[in-house]
Amino acid sequence: MVVDVKTRETSEVETEQLATGCEAIAEAIRLADVDVMAAYPIRPYDGVMQAAAKLIANGKMDVEYIVADGEHSQFEIVKHACAVGSRVFVGSSGVGWFYAFEAIAVTAGLRLPVVAICGNRALDDPGAFGTEHNDSLAVRDLGWLLPWAETAQEALDLALMAWRVGEDRRVSLPVAIGLDGAFLTHSQHIVKIPTQAAVQRFLPKFDLGDRLLHPDNPITIAPQVDQDWLMEIRRQNDHAMRQALGVIREAHADFKTIFGRGGDSPFLDEFMTEDAEVVVIGQGTLSLPMKVAIRRLRKEGHKVGLVRLKWFRPFPTEEVVRSLGRFKAIGVVDRDYSFGSPFYGGVLYNEIRSALYSQASRPAIVGFIAGLGGREIEQPMATEIFEKTEAAARTGLPAGDVCHWIGVRE
Amino acid sequence: MAIDTALPQIKGVKDVPYEELFVSGHRTCQGCESALVMRHMVKASGPRTIVLGSTGCMYVANTTYYTTPWVVPWMHTQLGASGSAALGTAAGLKVLMRKGKLKNEKINVIAFCGDGGGADMGLGAISATLTHKEYDCLVLLYDNESYANTDIQLSSMTPYGAVTTFSPSGEKKRLMHTRWKKNVPGMLAAGHPESRYIAAGCAAYAVDLMNKIRRALELGGPTFVHTLDPCPKGWDYHPQYSQELGHLAVECGIWPLYEVVDGVCNLTGPTRQIAEGRKKRKPVIEYLRRQGRFAHFVDEDVEHFQAEVDKMWTDWLIPGVIPFTVPAKDQALLKIDRKPLHEQTKSA
Repeated sequence: MVVDVKTRETSEVETEQLATGCEAIAEAIRLADVDVMAAYPIRPYDGVMQAAAKLIANGKMDVEYIVADGEHSQFEIVKHACAVGSRVFVGSSGVGWFYAFEAIAVTAGLRLPVVAICGNRALDDPGAFGTEHNDSLAVRDLGWLLPWAETAQEALDLALMAWRVGEDRRVSLPVAIGLDGAFLTHSQHIVKIPTQAAVQRFLPKFDLGDRLLHPDNPITIAPQVDQDWLMEIRRQNDHAMRQALGVIREAHADFKTIFGRGGDSPFLDEFMTEDAEVVVIGQGTLSLPMKVAIRRLRKEGHKVGLVRLKWFRPFPTEEVVRSLGRFKAIGVVDRDYSFGSPFYGGVLYNEIRSALYSQASRPAIVGFIAGLGGREIEQPMATEIFEKTEAAARTGLPAGDVCHWIGVRE
Repeated sequence: MAIDTALPQIKGVKDVPYEELFVSGHRTCQGCESALVMRHMVKASGPRTIVLGSTGCMYVANTTYYTTPWVVPWMHTQLGASGSAALGTAAGLKVLMRKGKLKNEKINVIAFCGDGGGADMGLGAISATLTHKEYDCLVLLYDNESYANTDIQLSSMTPYGAVTTFSPSGEKKRLMHTRWKKNVPGMLAAGHPESRYIAAGCAAYAVDLMNKIRRALELGGPTFVHTLDPCPKGWDYHPQYSQELGHLAVECGIWPLYEVVDGVCNLTGPTRQIAEGRKKRKPVIEYLRRQGRFAHFVDEDVEHFQAEVDKMWTDWLIPGVIPFTVPAKDQALLKIDRKPLHEQTKSA
C-alpha cells in the first residue's frame, strides 16, 4: 500500500511517498503513460502488477491491463503491442521468467523496446521464494539491457531511464530491471515521485518510426532470413548494445539535471573507495549489509570499500576497469551460480575477471557466492568476505580454487 | 480518399474482390491449400489489415526475406503465440486510438497458426484470447493435419491411423497413431460463450470461407476460424487433387462446415445439405483411398474410421460440432430436437 507520509512540493519535480520497490515501479508506469501491460501472478515481481491494478482501478492511469494465461503469453502480448507503437511494461520472476523465455529471446531479436522487471527469485527445484540473480542473468547474452536497482527510489528512476534508453532509436532494445525479491520488491522506502511535467521533459514520446506495424506502413517484420542475413542482423544488435553505453550516459546526465539524482556515474556507485585498498563489488541490495560492514571495519582500521554495479548489460567495461584497476584486491559477490564455470565462480566473477584480463596491473580477484535463495548476508559473512579479500591483497591468491561459498553448511 | 472498410458478405464468385493482397514471392508447395487460405483470408479482410503469422509452413515457406508475398503489414509470432499476438496487437491499437496517439479507424487484426501451433502448443493462448471480448481480433487456424513444415510429424490434429514421420506403419505396428482428432472449433465454441463468431471452413468452398472471415471481422471481439487444408506433401497425393480432397472431406462428413454466431450454430455448405437429407453422405473410403497416408489401412481400420465418423452424425448433440448428448431418460431436458435435421418437424 502506498502511504502518503507527506505530499510536499520540494520543487517542481517531486512529492515523497512511502513505497515498496514494486509500488515505486507502478508509479513509474503511471508517469511514463504506459499504453499496454500484461500481468501474470508469481511472487515477488507481481507486487508491481497489484500496485498498478490499484492505480488503474482508482483512475490514476489509463493503461490496457491484460491478465494473461501464462508468462509466455504475457511477454508475447506486450511484444506485439509494442510493434504497433505502444509503450509497454511487463515482468516476472524465477521460473516464470523462464516460462517466458522464448518470447524474451525474440523480443531482443525484434529490437522492440519492451520494459520489464525481473523480481529476482531462486529457480525451482526445490522451491524457494528468495533472491537469486540467475533468472535475470539467463538473458545476459540475448540483447536485453540489464540494470539492477538498490532502492525503491532507484527502481523508479531506472524504470524511467529504461523507457528513455530502450526506446532511443540508436538502441531500440528491451530492458529488464533487476529488483531483488523481497529485499527490494517488498520493502518500503521513502521515494521521491517526480511530477508528470518533469517526466515529460525527460522522456520523449515513443516513436518506432519506419518500423511501425500499420496498414499505412505495410512492412514484413521478421521474415525467414537464414544464413543469408542473420549475421548482419546479429551485428546490428551488437552495434545497438555498444551504442547503449553512450545513450545511458546521456540519459543519466539529463536525469541528474531534471531530477537532481543518480550519482556521479551512470554505471557504478562507489562507497568509501577514495582511499580503499580492498573493495567488494556486487549488484542490487547486496550493498546494504556491505555498507554496514564497511563502516564497522573502517573503525577497526581496514581500508575497505564497495563498488556497486548498476548496469550489467551493456557491461561498462571501461568504467569497471578504470575503477577496479586502482585497488589491490577485489571481492566479487555473486548472488547467482554458474555451475562448472571457470574456477567454479559466479557469473559476475567471471565477467569482472574477463574485463580486467588485458590490464597491465591486475588486482587479485576473489569470488564469493553468497545469499542464495534469499539467505540474509549477515555481518559475520560480510566480515569473512572482506577478510578473504584482504588476505588476497596481502599474499596474492592461493593456487587452485579462488571462489568461496559464504555462509553455507558444508 | 476515404477507405471503405465495410466487409459485406460476398454473394458469389463474381463478387469476390479482384485485389490480391497475398501475391507471388512465397515458396509453398504445388497444390498447397494453406497458401490458398492465406490468399482468401486477406482478400476477404482487405488492405486495412495487420496479419500476425506464427511459426509453421505459412511462415517458413511463405515469408522469405526480400521476397515477402504480403502486401498488408505482416509480423512473425512464435509457434504457440498466435492468440497472444492477436491480443497484444488489438490491445495496442485500441489504446493508442483511445489516447489519440494513432488515428481512430478500423484495422483488422488477424493472427494465424497451423494445427501444431494452434491445436497443440498455442491452444491455451487462443482460449485466453477468446475470453477478452473487448479486443477485436481473429485467430485463423490452418489445419493441414501435421507439422508439415518440419517434416510431417504427428500433431493432435492428425487423423486416426494416418502415417506421419512420427507414426510410420511398420511390420510390428500397422497403426502407430490411434488417437482421434481433436474437435477444436467445437471445443472453442462450447468453452468461450462470449466469442461472437467461431467457424469451420475449407478453401475448397472459397466463398463460404471468405464470408466466414468477413463475418468474424464484422462481428468483432475475439473470433476464431478453423480451416481444413489438404496438403499434397503430408497427405501423399498428387497436387492437382487438393480441391477435390477438400470437397471429399466435407462430403464424407469428416470435416463439417459450420459457424457459431452469437451462440447459434449454423451448418453451412454441403454439411447443411447432408444434415437436411438433401445430399447423401459419402463413405469415408472415398476420401481415405485417395491418400498415401492411409495406404496401409486394412478393412477393420476403414470400418473403425467410418464408425467414428458415423457417430459424429448420429450420436453427437450437434452433428460434427458438440460431441456429447444426454441419456435417453433426460432427453426432455434438451432444448433442441435430437432428431436429424431432415427428420425434424417443420414447424414455424
